[in-house]
Amino acid sequence: MTKKIKNLNLNFGPQHPAAHGVLRLILELDGEVVEKADPHIGLLHRGTEKLIENKTYMQAVPYFDRLDYVAPMNQEHAFALAIEKILDIDVPIRAQFIRVMFCEIGRILSHILNVTTQALDVGALTPSLWGFEERETLMTFYERASGSRLHANYFRAGGVHQDLPAGLETDIAKFCETFPKIINDLENLLTDNRIFKQRNVDIGIVTKEDALDYSFSGVMIRGSGVPWDLRKSQPYDCYEQLEFKIPVGKNGDCYDRYLCRIEEMKESVSLIKQCLAKMEKGPIKTFDGKITPPSKKDIKQSMEALIHHFKLFTEGYRVPKDEIYTAVEAPKGEFGVYLISDGSSKPYKCKIRAPGFSHLQSMDYLIKGHMLADVPAVLGSLDIVFGEVDR
Amino acid sequence: MNNLIDLEKKINSELGTKINSTKIKHNQIYAEIDKEDLIDVTLFFKTNKNTKFRQLIDITVVDYPEQPQRFKIVYLFLSHEFNQRAILSYSITENEVIPSLTSIFPSANWMEREVFDMYGVNFKDHPDLRRILTDYGFEGHPLRKDFPLTGHTEVRYNEDQKKVISEPVKLEQNYRNFDYESPWEGTKYINELKENNDKKN
Repeated sequence: MTKKIKNLNLNFGPQHPAAHGVLRLILELDGEVVEKADPHIGLLHRGTEKLIENKTYMQAVPYFDRLDYVAPMNQEHAFALAIEKILDIDVPIRAQFIRVMFCEIGRILSHILNVTTQALDVGALTPSLWGFEERETLMTFYERASGSRLHANYFRAGGVHQDLPAGLETDIAKFCETFPKIINDLENLLTDNRIFKQRNVDIGIVTKEDALDYSFSGVMIRGSGVPWDLRKSQPYDCYEQLEFKIPVGKNGDCYDRYLCRIEEMKESVSLIKQCLAKMEKGPIKTFDGKITPPSKKDIKQSMEALIHHFKLFTEGYRVPKDEIYTAVEAPKGEFGVYLISDGSSKPYKCKIRAPGFSHLQSMDYLIKGHMLADVPAVLGSLDIVFGEVDR
Repeated sequence: MNNLIDLEKKINSELGTKINSTKIKHNQIYAEIDKEDLIDVTLFFKTNKNTKFRQLIDITVVDYPEQPQRFKIVYLFLSHEFNQRAILSYSITENEVIPSLTSIFPSANWMEREVFDMYGVNFKDHPDLRRILTDYGFEGHPLRKDFPLTGHTEVRYNEDQKKVISEPVKLEQNYRNFDYESPWEGTKYINELKENNDKKN
């Protein structure tokens, strides 16, 4: 007698702790082997692009914090750079160092979250407890500079909103001294850990060719052995003046991507140190009064400053008609802004290119033939944050 | 870095009539093509040894409702080898069906689904053209310029029916779009109110 065997359809998420947010993954299982994965996204869709079209350029910045909410300032950076290129304005050198420093802090924030939660997904609890303490320290740096732990709204076209408060630079320098020890502790727990390796080595392998075809970027493409980093290949702000290495993986599996992230954190610490060493006192935003709001002191004394302030916060600044694509190396990969301005003070169109979108798309390709238990491991190594995938 | 001007010459000479116009701006090459030539041009971009645009970065649409050819379709490419970016574009009318790139770049799948979802542009030969970002059963195409910012429907949990229901948007106060760019003429909604009052009187 023959028995009919039917494949099992399983809903993974949208409320599953290892789904890293609101992912609904429909898995078709043959026994314990995944035959097909169909990710359903959009549960966190807020219409960011539509909202940006209806806001002035300055009002649009906070929306970028809400995309990849574990590294907010990296996103703001792409938007600020796009406007700066269209307006053709120079950013003072101190502002460039501040921006790069906070972008690297964002990279550490994101990588700590990813590495530790990936460990959590495969059964290790301790790394996340250790890592989140450091994230909290980093977020207080965000808070001291911008006034808020997460939704910073700190970068502006032409610089940053305000200068660093007294004492912040020394505290960040102190952090740079203590943090490498924490990375070592994490590595002691994970890198040679038998269980961690069993769950990650040779899982979710991406070949070079496929990494290109599937529009991978960031750690996902470097893990597969393609030495590509926008900070090196298309440098923006002051990255040209800084020295850093690009860690590249060999096998393109989950374990290599983990190793890349650990190495990148070490490079980021060195970048922050270099920024602190090279930073000198000076202006932190462009002097162009048509873009930068006047200081409080000027408003009290000068009629023109008051008018400028009023016009900048009602009408906003106008950006000439143009079309541009600008990308930055965000912690998760290439984050790009395709901006079309029409000469008014609001963007006509602002397409956001989120790295997580293309990474999650390849889920079906990555997981086919793996076991059900590998789904969280692969998903964890993709470094998905739904703020940016759903936009 | 391979020179962009050389690349522009190369593209124009090799593809000839298939390229309508090219320009170099912001260190990127912008090329306008015809809808019919999309597949040929993309294949050339991807495989030619002097271009090697191996990665499709994004596909998007720009909506110009006042123009007869309403949608401008935009493709962004990246060449790792030569460290260059190219932007291809062409315009179509509202109901035209355009070719899909999924056979050349697997990553085009979701990008085209997003374009379909947000703008209602249809793709020929797409393996799985469904909505992607909006809710199950959503109607309309949110990123079109004539779609209102507040949307058409809102959802809430209905205690009587014990489920989430969707109903037309009810706002306590209308969404006001202050037009700061011409402050002397008054904003639009005040003018409308004035006209209505004049009619009543």
